[in-house]
Parts: sequence; C-alpha cells; structure tokens
Amino acid sequence: MSEPTVVTHPLVVGPVGPGCKKVDPIVIADGVVRRFGGNTAVHVDHVEVPRGKITALIGPNGAGKTTFFNLLTGFDKPNEGDWSFNGQNLGNVPAFKVARRGMVRTFQLTKSLGRLTVLQNMLLGATKQPGENVFTALFKPLWKSREEEITTRADDLLARFKLDAKREDYAASLSGGQRKLLEMARALMSEPELVMLDEPMAGVNPALTQSLLGHIKELKNDGTSVLFVEHDMHMVRHISDWVIVMAEGKVVAEGPPETVMDDQAVIDAYLGAHHDTDLGDMIEQKSVAERARRVEAKEASLADD
Amino acid sequence: MLTRSRRPRRPPLQALLALGAGLLFAGLLGVAPAAAATAEPAPSASAPAEGTGFSVGGTIANGDEPVEGAEILVEGDGFSEVATTDDEGVWRVQVPAQGSYTSTLDVDTLPEGVEPRDPDNVMRTSNLNTTPNANVLFPMGESTIQGTSIWDTVLTRLIYGINFGLMLALAAIGISLIFGTTGLNNFAHGELLTFGALISFFLTAVLGWSIWAAIAVTLVASAAFGWFHDAAIFKPLRRRRVGLVQAMIVTIGLSIVLRYVFLMIFGGRTEFIQTGFNQVVPIGPANLQASSLISMGISVVVLAAVALFLTKTRIGKATRAVSDNAALAAASGIDVDRIIRIVWVLGATLTGLSGILYGVFRGVSWIMGFQILLLLFAAVTLGGLGSAFGALVGAIIIGLVTELSTLWLPADLRFATALIILILILLLRPQGILGRRERIG
Amino acid sequence: MDFLFVLNNALGVALSPTTAAYALAAIGIGVHFGYAGLLNFGQAGFMAIGAYAFGITTLTLGFPFPLAFLSAVVASVVFALILGIPTLRLRADYLAIVTIASAEIVRYIVSTTGLSDVTGGASGLSAFAGSFQAMNPLPSGSYGFGPWTYSRAEFWVFLWGWGLVAIATVVVWLLMRSPWGRVVKGIREDEDAVRSLGKNVYAYKMQALVLGGVFGSLAGVIFILPRAIQPTNYATTLTFFTWTILLLGGAATVFGPIIGSMIFWVLLVLTEGVIGGLVRADIITFISTTQAGQIRFVLLGLALILLVVFRPQGIFGNKKELSFNV
Repeated sequence: MSEPTVVTHPLVVGPVGPGCKKVDPIVIADGVVRRFGGNTAVHVDHVEVPRGKITALIGPNGAGKTTFFNLLTGFDKPNEGDWSFNGQNLGNVPAFKVARRGMVRTFQLTKSLGRLTVLQNMLLGATKQPGENVFTALFKPLWKSREEEITTRADDLLARFKLDAKREDYAASLSGGQRKLLEMARALMSEPELVMLDEPMAGVNPALTQSLLGHIKELKNDGTSVLFVEHDMHMVRHISDWVIVMAEGKVVAEGPPETVMDDQAVIDAYLGAHHDTDLGDMIEQKSVAERARRVEAKEASLADD
Repeated sequence: MLTRSRRPRRPPLQALLALGAGLLFAGLLGVAPAAAATAEPAPSASAPAEGTGFSVGGTIANGDEPVEGAEILVEGDGFSEVATTDDEGVWRVQVPAQGSYTSTLDVDTLPEGVEPRDPDNVMRTSNLNTTPNANVLFPMGESTIQGTSIWDTVLTRLIYGINFGLMLALAAIGISLIFGTTGLNNFAHGELLTFGALISFFLTAVLGWSIWAAIAVTLVASAAFGWFHDAAIFKPLRRRRVGLVQAMIVTIGLSIVLRYVFLMIFGGRTEFIQTGFNQVVPIGPANLQASSLISMGISVVVLAAVALFLTKTRIGKATRAVSDNAALAAASGIDVDRIIRIVWVLGATLTGLSGILYGVFRGVSWIMGFQILLLLFAAVTLGGLGSAFGALVGAIIIGLVTELSTLWLPADLRFATALIILILILLLRPQGILGRRERIG
Repeated sequence: MDFLFVLNNALGVALSPTTAAYALAAIGIGVHFGYAGLLNFGQAGFMAIGAYAFGITTLTLGFPFPLAFLSAVVASVVFALILGIPTLRLRADYLAIVTIASAEIVRYIVSTTGLSDVTGGASGLSAFAGSFQAMNPLPSGSYGFGPWTYSRAEFWVFLWGWGLVAIATVVVWLLMRSPWGRVVKGIREDEDAVRSLGKNVYAYKMQALVLGGVFGSLAGVIFILPRAIQPTNYATTLTFFTWTILLLGGAATVFGPIIGSMIFWVLLVLTEGVIGGLVRADIITFISTTQAGQIRFVLLGLALILLVVFRPQGIFGNKKELSFNV
C-alpha cells in the first residue's frame, strides 16, 4: 500500500480501506478476538457489513473466515469483542436468538436433515409456529392455521428453487447441490434480514451454479442483505457488491470486487512473493487444496461446541 | 452424532516416565499401611454348596478369632432355618431355590464381649438369582481402621488408590486407543478384563501353573481375543458401514453374551488369583505386600512401554495418526485396518493384564469387568475422550477418589463418589482434563 | 415337559403389568433416542427414581396413592433436569456416559446401608401398595380368561399399567405429528442446523429428556406395584433390556416399544420354559437348570447384535427412516 491516493466509494463514509465505515451498516464488529490455545484465529479490529448488498468474505486457508462466521452467529464465543446487528448488541447472544433476530446462516458442509422430508425441512425454518411449544403441540387446532400458512410459503420457495418435485422425499435422497439449495431455501423461510452463506458453491455441480447465483441475486432484489464466504473468484466478481478480505485472522483489505483484487495486501496475503501469477487462478488452486482439507475436517465439524 | 475425538493429546513420554518413576519411588519409600488391618473387606471364597445347589453362608470372626456358636436366621419364600457357626466361625444354609433370602444375626447368641460392628444393622439380604451361593458378612468389633491413626489410613488409602488407578489405567488405555482409532464406545470392554482374569485363574488354580507362566499365556490369549473381536465382529461391521451408534449397541449385546457365557462356565462365585507373593515387605516404616509392589511395578513398566510404543515406534506413530485423522492417515499410505487390528490386540492385552491384577487384589468373578466398566469410562472421559495419556491421568484420579472417599463416606458409596466426581468435572470442563475444545465448521 | 403349560405362561406374560412397565420405559427411551437422538443409557435410573419416590413417600411420609404417584413424576422431572443441565450441551456420547453413571449413582445411593431407614438399603422396600389397592373400585372376583386371568388386585394393576402405556402412546403420537416433534426430529438429525433456524435446541432436548424420563419413572412405579422394590433390579442391565425392547420394535415407531416388550417377555419366558424343560427331561444334558436360565441371556445378547446389524429399523420401523445415525 505504497500509494497514498484516497479512494472513495458510494457505500462508504470516508476513504475505502480495511475497517472503513459504511453508509448504512447492518453488522458492525469491534475488536473481536478468538484464540484456540496459543493461536489467534480471529482478530478483527473493526468491520462493517453494508445493508441490502451482497458482501463477499474471502481470504486464504486458515484466514479465520468460518470462525468469524461462527462468532457472528453465536455458534462460537469470542475471547473478547463486541458486535451488533441492526444496532442491537449480539455479544453473548445464543445462536438460536441470533437467528430469531433475522440473521440466518448456512453451513460450509450442508446440514440438511436427512430423515425429514424436504417439506419438513422447510417448515422447520419457519418462525412463530405455536405448535413448536410442547403443550400447544398436543392440540392440533391451535397450530393448524399457522401450519397452512407456512406450508404455502414453503411450497412457493420450493417451486422457486425447483425442489417442488422432491417435496415428499427424504432430504437424505437429494444430491449435494440440491441440499445446498434446500438449505438456502430453508434459511429463507423466516424472511431474514441478513443471510449468511458459508461457501454456497462448494460441492455444487456447475449446472446448478448459475441457478444458485440467480437465487442470491434475487435475495438482494427482495431487499435481503447477504454475506457469504466463497473461494470461487469468478462468483465473487460476478455477484458481490463489496469484498472483505481476511488473512491470518485480520481484515486486510476491503473494496468493490473490481479493485480489491489489485490491492497489494490481498496479493501478499494470497500469494506471498508470486506476483506474476493470475490471482483468480491461484485462488482457485488454493481452493482445491482447501476442499481436500475440508473433507478430513468433516467429522470434526459435526461435533458439538 | 458420534464423532471420534480428532486430536487427542500425545502422551508426553518424559512426563509419563517421570510419573511412573515417581509413583514407583513413592511406593518404595512409602507409606505405612498395617497390612493386616487394611486388607480389603472382600468376600471369602465360597464353598460350593451341595444338595439344592443354592446356599447362603459366611464366616463370622472377631478380629482374627473365629466366633463359634452364633446363630443366624435365614428366611425367604416361606423357607426358614437357623444356622450356627462352627469352630472356624463358618455357617452355611442350603436353601430350596433361587430367590431373595434375608439372614438375621441373633446378637444374643454371640459370646461375651463380642459385639457386631453395627448393632442396629444385623439383617442382610442376598439375591440368589444369578449366583447359587451367597456370602453374608457380619463384621464384629470396632472397625480396625478406626484404630489406626488418620494419617496412616490416608496413606494406606493413597497407596490402594494409586494401585487401583494403575490397574484401571491399563484397561482404560485400551478403551481410549480403540475409541481414538475407531470412534467406538466399547461396552464389552469390561469382558476383556474378565476374560484375562478368568484365564489366569484357570491356569493358576486349576492347572496349578506358576503365576508368571499364567500371565504370559493369559496375555497371549487376551491378544488373540482382541484380534478375534476385530476380525470376527468389528471389521465386518466397518465393511458394512455400520454406524457408530449401531456398533455401540452391538457391543452392548456382545457384553451381555460374553458375561452370561462367563457365568455359565464359571458360576457366580468370587475367587482370588494366588500369586505366592503374600509376604510383607517392610521398606522403611512401611509394610507392603510384595504382590502390591510387584503389581504397581508391572503397571508402571507396561504403561511406560506403551508410551514408548506410541511415541517412538513407526506403528505407534501411525496409531496416533489414525486417532488424529483416519482419512488423512489412509491418504498418506497408512493401512488403517492394520492399525485398528493392532490397537484391538494391544488394547485387549493391556486389559487382560489389568484383569489379572484385579483378580489378584479384588477377586475373579463373572461380572467383575462389567462392574468396573463405568469406572473405566469415567477415567477415559475425565482425561478427555480418545487421549491415551488422559486415560492414564483419569484412571489415577478415579483410583484415588474411589479409595480416599472411604475416609469420609461409607465404603459402599465409593464407586458412586467416583462417578459423581466425573459428572462434576464434566460440568466444569466438558472436554475432559486433557481434551481440547472442538470447533464447528 | 408340559409344553402347553410353558405356552400358557408365555402368553400370559405378554399382557402382564411387568410387560407394560417395560413397554412404558421403552416408550421413554423411544422419545429420547428414537425421536430426539439423545443417548440415554440411564433409563434404569429413572425407573429407580420413580419406584423409590413412590415407595418412600408412601412408607416414610404416608402419602396416599395419588400424591405418591405425583411424587414419582416430580422426582423424575428433577432428576432429568439435574442430568440435563450439565450434559445436554455436550456431545452425544458424553450424555451416554453421564446417564449410565447417574443411574448407577442412584443405585449405589439407594443401596447404601447408611440410608437403610429410608430406602431399606440392600433389602429394598415392600408393602407400599396398600393405598393403591384401597382405591380399587373393582368388585371381587376374577377377570379375564385363559392365560390372561387376573385376580381383582392384579387386574387393578393391569388396568393402570396398560392404561398408562396407552396414554403415553397417544401423547407420543400427538407430539410427533406436531411441529414440536418436527423440531425434535430435526435435532436428532443435526442440532446445529436446527439452532441456525432459531430453535432453542437446549430447551427442546431438555423437554424430550424430561418427557421420556417421566415415562421411565412411571414404568418404575408400575413395575413395583405387584412386587417389592429391590435395588439390584435397577442395574445397567435393566437399561440394556429396555434398549433391546426399543430396538426390537423399532426406535422411531409409535407401537414399536409395546410390541417389542411383548416379544421380549414372551421369548424370555418361552426359552426358559423350553430350555429348562429339555434340561429337566434330560434331552439337553450338557447344561444344568441354572445354566438353562443363563443361556437365555446369551441368546438375548445375540438377538440384540443380529437385530442391530441386520434389521436396524426394528420389526416395525420404516426402512427409510432408519433408527440410527449412519
């Protein structure tokens, strides 16, 4: 970052740079630190996620992206730090309450509920179903009408995601890509304000990629904010409005997708000294290695907190 | 749902050796138990009953003196008979059938100056459902333990605790290795222990072999038994891609099968393995039974050898690699099936050895392994699931808690105390003492 | 041997209150494991809690039957909370170890001589069913027919036992078709996913633990009504038997636990009669009559293994909705 030129952007108040202030942030994180033993996995001084936009969170292996995701959504507890969603403090708020406030996430490894049908998976995503209370559940008239409402919404979403033919199938029988779609559709059942997608493209066959991209763009058109972790640089370039780059637990760069790839900090983070390699290709190679690593991490990731 | 622990802590060799040496040193320098006064209140070997095949009996003694002429009323299911102790203090009543019988000591028939230790509680109930012969204890006089100083008692319990903990550790490391490499919670692990004890009892008591020959053959038999477990049951299950919960329930079934096979062969009695090392060894101010010392020595040496094996040999390192991450280990050319087979053989051998030692100190019975299975699980969980070194630490803690708790709590609650400690520690440190927190991905 | 006699016994046991008690306990772990995915290996502990709460409140505090019955329910709720608070946040296999350990702790505590005044120590408790039988509205006489003939007192226990089984079955059926059941089954599949959808997973697991535990406790009460309380009955083996019953019938099925319990008991009595009879008739000579009783458990263990490996969904389970996390 040798050039002293000040860059500005319509989403940003003041100059663009790591930790810059947004015009209308939906998530603001301050001093979030997570250590595992002696390693500091995440050390984010300040970051803001813009509202109503698609924001990509990228970075090389072990940059702390997923850990940061887990922290923001209450699936992990930081050693220190504060963050807020819609101006409400989310420190020490359990994961399920985070989701109820309108910040719903998906997982790197799909968590479709195999022995429930596709429709049941969807209905589980709905909110305000009185039948989910153990006492009300015993009396069907108390929850029947809400069940009909959410079934209608589920059917709409299933049709949109082209899963309506699978409505009554067990989720376990879906392909990997269909499970990704199901997980995203399920997350939308509660009409969240912010959807957080952890590698939505991982393991999805190319034929489904386009439709997934389309769904993510549609979300923005519906006014939903999106934050996603991704390794596929073409996708990042294609759909994101804003890119946040993490390396070694820190936010090292931010910017619109067209320019952020040229940032010296990003090149250093990804490539070290190999300046002459094309960044997009290099990152994809890395992502292959990362996916291989993830296969082995699969079982560990199923474990509880 | 069940996942194997990904990264068990490696047993730091130096620490393990240092601990071993320290324990041995403490044992040698030791601690002064009055050998006779602290002998475990274990049931004496029951004489096989004649007639109906069912009997209730026991021995009444006041200190070392047998009590003659005491009357005990045995009742149950409409049956009632009074037994009288003979000149050796022995009494036994043949009862007609299986069932529950109460034995009541008639305090008035005791000789002058002899009092039951607990005069308010002279009624005992025995269940003859799984065992044909029941032994009933009526301790007399003041508890001998109360006669010694509290410090002596503490030290004695400490020694017993360490000895018991080391015994548990041998078996717990077996559980931990198997869990680490396969993710399996083996509920039939206790039966590996019983197997070792039964084989060595058979060799020493029935065939009259020396203890050393019996140990050697028992270890070989245990190793073969472990190999058989893997080859005949668990490898085929892995081939079928049977889930971990399913496999765990298979071990429950296996535990029931083995236990009742043991019961059919061995019967419901409790027998002790005789080592021939009953002499008291005075070391400094301490009087230790030679067998205790030898037992602790064997445990420490074997545990150290296991630590060496895991940290220094190729196979040991491969074992830890598989525990760490089976898929990655397989990808880097390790034959995972072979490692799992080795772990079963090693785990079963260690557990068989533990069974021998347990049979020497606490007796051999068909249910012995099942009775301490939970303590083994507690040890493994305390240390952190899947960590071999954690299992050792956990086992020592469980051993100490079990024995030291008897200083304040009734002896029949000592296992309960150990299990309560387990729950409390999990409450404070869910991943176990040496375990690591896991991440959600 | 009298085969008709053996058969008569076996058929009789199919509807005995003991069978009802085991079915109820299995319905409880069905809620835990089959629906919520909780590995409760301490059902014997819940049964002991129910039995002792009922016995102690009746004998020591002089409670009438309804109050003693209620005490058993309350005690099991408290026990479930004590178990659940530390463990439901932990990994599934920790719950298995903690529940099995807690059940043993309960057994050690009720057996300890120090508490004999209250628990009866190793001899247990008896003669607590007076208030229960005093409520018996049935006219004297005998009820039923054939192998299922009961005295007035027995029939009163029969009605309560199977009545509670029926109520529990209906409650489970109502819950599992409801959105509550959907959440609980979702937790069985992947609790993080359910958490990410805004459900308080911990609370649901706790509710499932309490519900199944209450069924276990009531099973404990039914179990002791026709007999005495014996602490040795509540060993881990009892838990394993209830699991066998559950898996026999199918873990995530409504009627599985009931049918499983009937099959379990009929087979147990049948094999005892047949093998014992063959031994007594000197047709089987290599085992004694005592061993004939023991060999049943060997067969039982084998049956459990074969069932789990070759028919994991149980006899009535849906092949697609397997009862295990594969």
